[in-house]
Amino acid sequence: MWGFYFNQLMQSLPFFLKGLWMTVAVSGLSLIAGTIVGFICGIMRATGHRILRAIIGAWVDLIRGTPFLVQVFIIFFILPSAGIELAAFPAAVIALSNLTASFICEIVAGGIMAVPKGQREAATSSGLSDYQQLRYIVLPQAMRTIMPPLVGQYVLLIKDSSVVSAIGVVDITRVGWLTVQRIPEGLMVFGLVGLLYFAICYPLINLSGYLERRMTVVTTKL
Amino acid sequence: MLEAFNFRVILEYMPLYGKCFLATLWLSGLSLLGAILVGIIACAMRLSQSRFMSSAAGVYIESIRSTPLLAQLYFFYFGLPSLGVMLPEWVTGVIALTLNSGAYYAEIIRAGIQAIHSGQIEAGIASGLSYFQRMSYIILPQALGMTIRPMLGQAIILVKDSSLLSLISIVELTRAGQLLTSDRFMPAEGFLTTAAFYLIIYYLLKAFSSWSEKRLIFREAH
Repeated sequence: MWGFYFNQLMQSLPFFLKGLWMTVAVSGLSLIAGTIVGFICGIMRATGHRILRAIIGAWVDLIRGTPFLVQVFIIFFILPSAGIELAAFPAAVIALSNLTASFICEIVAGGIMAVPKGQREAATSSGLSDYQQLRYIVLPQAMRTIMPPLVGQYVLLIKDSSVVSAIGVVDITRVGWLTVQRIPEGLMVFGLVGLLYFAICYPLINLSGYLERRMTVVTTKL
Repeated sequence: MLEAFNFRVILEYMPLYGKCFLATLWLSGLSLLGAILVGIIACAMRLSQSRFMSSAAGVYIESIRSTPLLAQLYFFYFGLPSLGVMLPEWVTGVIALTLNSGAYYAEIIRAGIQAIHSGQIEAGIASGLSYFQRMSYIILPQALGMTIRPMLGQAIILVKDSSLLSLISIVELTRAGQLLTSDRFMPAEGFLTTAAFYLIIYYLLKAFSSWSEKRLIFREAH
């Protein structure tokens, strides 16, 4: 029986590759949007006005404190009742970008605040403007702290993208779910699903570990 | 949107939410205990001298960390019956959550143990302490202090991850929101109430985390 199901599974491989493509599309778009929004919010959280910081902090808490599945449901089911009709794909991208942005915001803010204060004071006394300080002094040093968890966050993003299968986005997980209705060998079907995720995530996890080892060796003592 | 918010319906469904809140609490509490246990065992295996044990734990940890929880959940949910193992849904859910978080706990504990300076362990050996004494008087107290925050962070993630159990029709908080939504067509009331309950758990754990950081962490004097 296993051989028969295995052949069946091999025949539906193109379907799995389509799902893989959907996972990559959803995660890729959210990665770009989440990184941009996350960096902007993170810089504002570290350097902005007190009220602005509090607002961003509250937003981060709300996103961190609720499960991603609930966030997806809120965006997909509640926004239509407010007049914003969304298809599953844009809803998924919005939810995932929002989640990623909130985590990257904390990573970036943490990285910026880890840069010693003296650096900033020295820049001010050399007559650099706020923008120049950020661009040439603070961010380049902060990137050393930011990079490893940032790559780790991308791994989480790809894994979290499996949750959007719950609203009917046909990604790898959804393909597995649909296939298992026809081929009742859960271990085999979801073994393949896991393998496909592994192929994307494992290199990224190693990259994150590599960056962590490389970036933490050299530290400027002041 | 808020003027249309129907608090009466929420009040009517409060008993269901209360029951589901408790379900979420005990499902994630049980998984948390299991995960810490699995984490300790996997970490001990990972750090052991035996190459076989170490690489077995390595395969477990890496494969869990590079695949999404939802795929793991479906792997057990659809896979165990095809092996002839019939379990109630909640047992499958707890197993999946336990094994998932266990891998993360193993990494957290390992980071805590390895952060202890090897000189301390050597000093322990030189003073004639046994392996058990070194563990219980030198390594574990310090490792616990250093890992309490990431451990609580993982506990928060575990509670949020338990929302995925609703997808294999276990009745917990997220499922309560879905039930209200499908009974009354009120997604806003349903899912925002669910989110509020998760936020309660989140803020409690977060407060405990920052309290424990003040009280329990033994800072090294530099």
